[in-house]
Amino acid sequence: MGRYFGIFLTFARACLVRDMTFRANFLLECVTSLGWMSMNLAFYLLVFTFTAEIGRGTGWTREPFFAFVATGLIVNAIVQAFFMPSAEELTELIRTGGLDAVLVQPLDAQFLLSLHRVDYSSLANGLVGVGLLGWAVSRFAAPPPLVAWVLYPVLVACGVAILYALIIMLAAATILLGRNQSLYDFWFYLTTFSRYPAEIYAGPWGGPIRALCTFVIPILLVVNVPARIIAQPFTAAAGPLVAASLGAAAAMLVISRIVFQAALAKYRSASS
Amino acid sequence: MSDATHRPLAGLRAWLTMLSISLEERLAYRGDFILGTVMRFLPIVTQVFLWTAVFSATSRPDIAGYSRDDIVAYYLLTMVSRAFSSMPGLAGGIARGVRDGSIKKYLVQPVDYISFLLAARIAHKLVYYLVAALPFAVIFFLCRGFFPPAPDAVTILAFLLALVLSFLLGFFMEATLGMLGFWFLEVSSIIFGYMLVQYLLSGHMFPIDMLADIPTGIAGTSLADVVRWLPFEYTAYFPSAVWLGKVRGWALVRDLAIEAGWVVVMALCCRLAWRRGTRRYSAFGG
Repeated sequence: MGRYFGIFLTFARACLVRDMTFRANFLLECVTSLGWMSMNLAFYLLVFTFTAEIGRGTGWTREPFFAFVATGLIVNAIVQAFFMPSAEELTELIRTGGLDAVLVQPLDAQFLLSLHRVDYSSLANGLVGVGLLGWAVSRFAAPPPLVAWVLYPVLVACGVAILYALIIMLAAATILLGRNQSLYDFWFYLTTFSRYPAEIYAGPWGGPIRALCTFVIPILLVVNVPARIIAQPFTAAAGPLVAASLGAAAAMLVISRIVFQAALAKYRSASS
Repeated sequence: MSDATHRPLAGLRAWLTMLSISLEERLAYRGDFILGTVMRFLPIVTQVFLWTAVFSATSRPDIAGYSRDDIVAYYLLTMVSRAFSSMPGLAGGIARGVRDGSIKKYLVQPVDYISFLLAARIAHKLVYYLVAALPFAVIFFLCRGFFPPAPDAVTILAFLLALVLSFLLGFFMEATLGMLGFWFLEVSSIIFGYMLVQYLLSGHMFPIDMLADIPTGIAGTSLADVVRWLPFEYTAYFPSAVWLGKVRGWALVRDLAIEAGWVVVMALCCRLAWRRGTRRYSAFGG
């Protein structure tokens, strides 16, 4: 484990050196992601000029909702910084035969394929997320209890784990299919469902979507559970939510590992 | 005599050849196209639920003149507008051609580069509509309850005209942007800035009418007024607003004329950028 951590630190250091070599590009990428994020925040501000709450009686008034948005920013920044860049390179690795070189290394293939690239510019959104969370929480009528603060990072980690497992399963699909750009687009569109509080998915169409995105692909647990713990009154209902998030994260990690290993077993080299 | 009669025909033939090449190129990836088309509706699904939740929490019957159903219909209609006006890869492709020198073949061949790009883009769009017609039809049929009764024939004609003009406007705006590559080595940040502004101010994200109460600091001028001075709204908001009957009568004629005016302005800008750009362009190597 310590060996793997050391290797990850080496990767992270190499990527930092690379990013700092092209500093202007790094700054531009930071500005890019901050630009999209600001635009979304502006949209939410506009929405709150028309309503005091997202969904009647849901408790998602302006500040709690921005705490929700901040949580989404933090979770997605971690995923985009540490896991997505490596996953995006996988198609190219398969096409060029570079995956063969990965498989002969005396290291776990999943570790190498999912953690060898770090994109530091994606962390810019996460930092804004932390600031936004601080601003939102400071304006709550009652500050979150200590237990909510303790659980929050754990639940954020669970959210990251669920998204990581989804990426790994897509990576497995890439290995099987050779190319799956549409599947990565699908991942992006699927995660749009996690951007809003689960309560908005109501009614004859919303109910099944909510059930599907909670129990089949637990994408709704990613942001909703940590955001609810920190931004809504802490009640006994938190217990099952925390358990669901922990359970879903563990199950998804195990399933994704099994799927990934099965895909690797079926891999036939593309190199000559 | 022969030159005078042959040239237009030869031009048309070359143009049709360019169109058919691009059609075949596009049809090679039709499976990917269908999947991509359906997936692009997913963010709208979340928008529908978001606005439904907003309306459930407020006692207002409408927001900026839009009922909940109007907003859903509006988002679906912007998908149609964007299917006409969005030009994925156009600006980046032109700038890349300038940077890597591949654009030089258009300088020595008897082919007008802008016409070639336009033909390729029409082919791209034709294939897109061919493949996307079915998913669009299914989704619009499922969501028919959100739409007001179908407008009259004149409004439908105005809507179709607005769409065609939005295609031309989108094309010339992005092509001009790509030609900035003659002056700047790297235009990806400019393209990004454009996309950002475009997404926010075209009405893709929300109807422009929602900005009517946002002050700008200029007396009597709201943010919506400022946005209406710019060409972006014609690429998403305007055609949708026409279908929903938000723009009628003389206002409709005036806005269509303004849209056509923007097309002419951007086409001239594009031609000018190409002329000036190719004059200062120099390529090295083979």
